[in-house]
Amino acid sequence: MARRTAYLGMFTALAFVFSYIESLLPINLGIPGIKLGLANLVVIVALYTMGVSWAFALSLVRILLAGLTFGNPASMIYSFAGGMLSLAIMVLAKKWKVFSVTGVSVLGGVFHNIGQILVAALVVETAGLLFYLPVLIVSGTVAGVLIGILASILIRHLNKMIKEGQNVGKET
Amino acid sequence: MKKNDVILAAALIGIALAAFGGAALYSQLTTKEPEAVVRLDGEEKGRYPLSEDTTVEIRQEDGSYNILRVESGKARILKASCPDKVCVSHRPISRQGESLICLPNRLAVEIENGAESGIDASVLSR
Repeated sequence: MARRTAYLGMFTALAFVFSYIESLLPINLGIPGIKLGLANLVVIVALYTMGVSWAFALSLVRILLAGLTFGNPASMIYSFAGGMLSLAIMVLAKKWKVFSVTGVSVLGGVFHNIGQILVAALVVETAGLLFYLPVLIVSGTVAGVLIGILASILIRHLNKMIKEGQNVGKET
Repeated sequence: MKKNDVILAAALIGIALAAFGGAALYSQLTTKEPEAVVRLDGEEKGRYPLSEDTTVEIRQEDGSYNILRVESGKARILKASCPDKVCVSHRPISRQGESLICLPNRLAVEIENGAESGIDASVLSR
């Protein structure tokens, strides 16, 4: 348990730093909301190596920290909607076992954007929604593929380490 | 990356492209060019696109008239039979919802489908 907690702390710190790095590198393609989703990389790795509840805890803490430090209440709500929907879909997709890590990551990326757009649709009028959605689906897919490939490499190497670490933790 | 992942990514991009095409088509069908709509007693008498320069004379049975001029994307009343000439001295209109009104002749010219006026502009024009 102590080791798991340590891992969770490390992962959360990593996700937080990735969020910060991403806020420094805005990708401007004319539409707000397009980003690589580096923080999602950590969430996916956590989902595969540590389990569902840990991934949710990590995601929540990451959103809260990022929102309080370099975001604002509005961006926190968008992140929350996107992050939670994305993670929920990824959990389901992982259980479904049709897709590998990359497919799960793609679904996560796309639904992150869909979640944010749904909140945006509640805040402003719905007309703009139609025009953002296709672009954000494409950007979510592309980002999801990149993050998914990275995540599958990381999971392969980390899984062993974390599992071993847990066994050592139980023995001592 | 498994085969299913590739299928998923391709399907998502396909959906996005289809939605994009649909949205583009929809916006093309629904956005019309700005027009000056002429109404007499609230009854529509004609629509004139702001993109075409034209002069229209709106004459009524009792001899009263207004001459509407559409020029370089703006509409204004050149001449009118009414005594006060408020419509003639009104500045040319081009933005959504702006109107030229001649009360004595019960004539109204309103812009439809025009560009939205900014906040500053609406303060000045209304």
